[in-house]
Amino acid sequence: MTTVLDALNSGIRKSMKHSPDVYLLGEDILDPYGGAFKVVKGLSSEFPDRVITTPVSEAGIVGLGAGMALRGLRPVIEIMFGDFLMLAADQLINHAAKFRWMSNDRVSVPIVVRTPMGGYRGYGPTHSQTLEKHFLGAAGLRVIAVNTLVSAERVLSQAILEDDDPVLCIEHKLLYPQPLFVAGHEFEIQQLGGRYPWSVLRIAGAPRVDITFVAYGYMAEIGREAMVKLAYEHEIFSEMVVPTQISPFALEPLLESARQTGKVLAMEEGSLNLGWSAEIAARLLESLGPGVEFGRVAARNMPIPAAARLEEIVLPQVEDIYSSALKLAQR
Amino acid sequence: MKSTSADSYHNMLRIRRFEERVLELFPRGLFYGTTHTYIGQEANAVGVLDWLEDGDIVVSNHRCHGHFLAYGGSMHGLAAELMGRSTGICGGRSGSQHLQWGNFYANGILGGTIPVAVGMAFAVKERTPGSVVFAFMGDGTLGEGVVYESLNMASLWELPVLFILENNRYAQSTPIALHLAGDISKRFDAFGIRTGHIDSTDVDQIKAASEDLIASVRSGKGPHALIIDTYRFAPHSKGDDVRDPEEIAQYRLQDPLTIQKVKLTPTELEAIEKEVMDQVEQAFTMSEKDPMADPGTMTAAVDESA
Repeated sequence: MTTVLDALNSGIRKSMKHSPDVYLLGEDILDPYGGAFKVVKGLSSEFPDRVITTPVSEAGIVGLGAGMALRGLRPVIEIMFGDFLMLAADQLINHAAKFRWMSNDRVSVPIVVRTPMGGYRGYGPTHSQTLEKHFLGAAGLRVIAVNTLVSAERVLSQAILEDDDPVLCIEHKLLYPQPLFVAGHEFEIQQLGGRYPWSVLRIAGAPRVDITFVAYGYMAEIGREAMVKLAYEHEIFSEMVVPTQISPFALEPLLESARQTGKVLAMEEGSLNLGWSAEIAARLLESLGPGVEFGRVAARNMPIPAAARLEEIVLPQVEDIYSSALKLAQR
Repeated sequence: MKSTSADSYHNMLRIRRFEERVLELFPRGLFYGTTHTYIGQEANAVGVLDWLEDGDIVVSNHRCHGHFLAYGGSMHGLAAELMGRSTGICGGRSGSQHLQWGNFYANGILGGTIPVAVGMAFAVKERTPGSVVFAFMGDGTLGEGVVYESLNMASLWELPVLFILENNRYAQSTPIALHLAGDISKRFDAFGIRTGHIDSTDVDQIKAASEDLIASVRSGKGPHALIIDTYRFAPHSKGDDVRDPEEIAQYRLQDPLTIQKVKLTPTELEAIEKEVMDQVEQAFTMSEKDPMADPGTMTAAVDESA
């Protein structure tokens, strides 16, 4: 069984095999430790000259990567926890993301910064956050989020080998042990787009589609559970649109579904205020007018508590999606 | 020494006259935005970059015009960039403090350029050993934490970068006594980085002080640093000077151009002055006639779907 973690590991391994320009840098990434989440385990043994363990210097190593990329290498930087990205925000937003454009497109910065994000593991306020919203919309930066519906191996290796712009790759911690999704008899899946595909997941044999879900990353996992529950318990049939590239994003695949259903539920693990789903709502309104019913599920606007009982309340759960969808469907 | 005293005078005068023209023209509304001139510090860039070789890289900061011109950048390209013309070195996208041309890279975030320079040195060590990355910074930059992350990595991995610390004794309006504790060279010492120190505005002395350091970096002995005590005669930006005029007058006695002048004959001086003034005149006159930056050339930052 191939997990998301295996797929990511394989994506980096194949990229390093394919191109001598690919370097991997990050904290604690050497074997036998192999990185805090073990995504890069084995790579330092296979490529000892190109896997470099670094000081605890997030800003420094992202800046270093930008410099390497400006001079023809293709660095992959692991940031141990997504929360630590904030230390490197200046390097990502003011440096890596700007050099190509500022130079009148004379130079390029093919760097991939990848990081585990998200909660549900009791790591508390500074090791559980979903912080990518602070990077969404940053001009010159592409943000992608892996999910189980697309090949994480292909997505990551294409980001490393083919994308000449800086890519921030968000990997939810709970996705690592998940197997890659196989449609089976319950679901149908359709894939659209190129390097960073969109997926559309439908209940197999559904007589109609009542509501559109839109989610990325790990939220697509719990969204999928809610889809099944709604179908079995209420005969409410949903389809879920899952982008891999979350910034900037094209709207077309979502619009197509929203035009049919007229009801959209957006979900994200980040806090509700001023987030990705608000942008979805605005774009839907601009494109389709007020005819679309809209709802969203997200984390509460507070830090993420460490205690399981409290964390559960703050972070979005299957039940939240289920009940929000029910309300929306019955409107 | 690669250049003669006359060559260096010529290179410093290019910067001085260019920057003077910028400050003179600003009130006329020819530029948009802001600028940070290099007047008074010319000997630093001209002296150190005298040792520049093909394949070397220069990383600069917000005060980059002098570094750019000393690197060999075009006066016309720079003037046009400042005026927002399509012929500007970056088509009008970069303005004064984000210049990129050849192996020259500047960015306007203090200290943020230093890890980038170290990353370039990483690439040099892997791909083109024998080249050197010249990373310019000022005393104000020493307040930024990422600088120390960068010094650590550069030394740890023995990367070919020369840090040039231009201590002009002010971080914008704040005198060094109010923003810096301890000793500058000890900051480099702490990371095991060999450091030279020169308190001079004599370009020939700066050349001499940097020769050995640069040769050593080039030969693979890891990063080194050169601290140059200096002074800027003009405001941090434009019209924002609150320093004591007497202090400025005192430092003006050590004007690098005055020091260099006495080494040249009146005939040499006259010829250089004329040539440089012609270049400046031409650069700004041409730029003023050039077409404005073209909105049609603005590409997307990144695509919505790749």
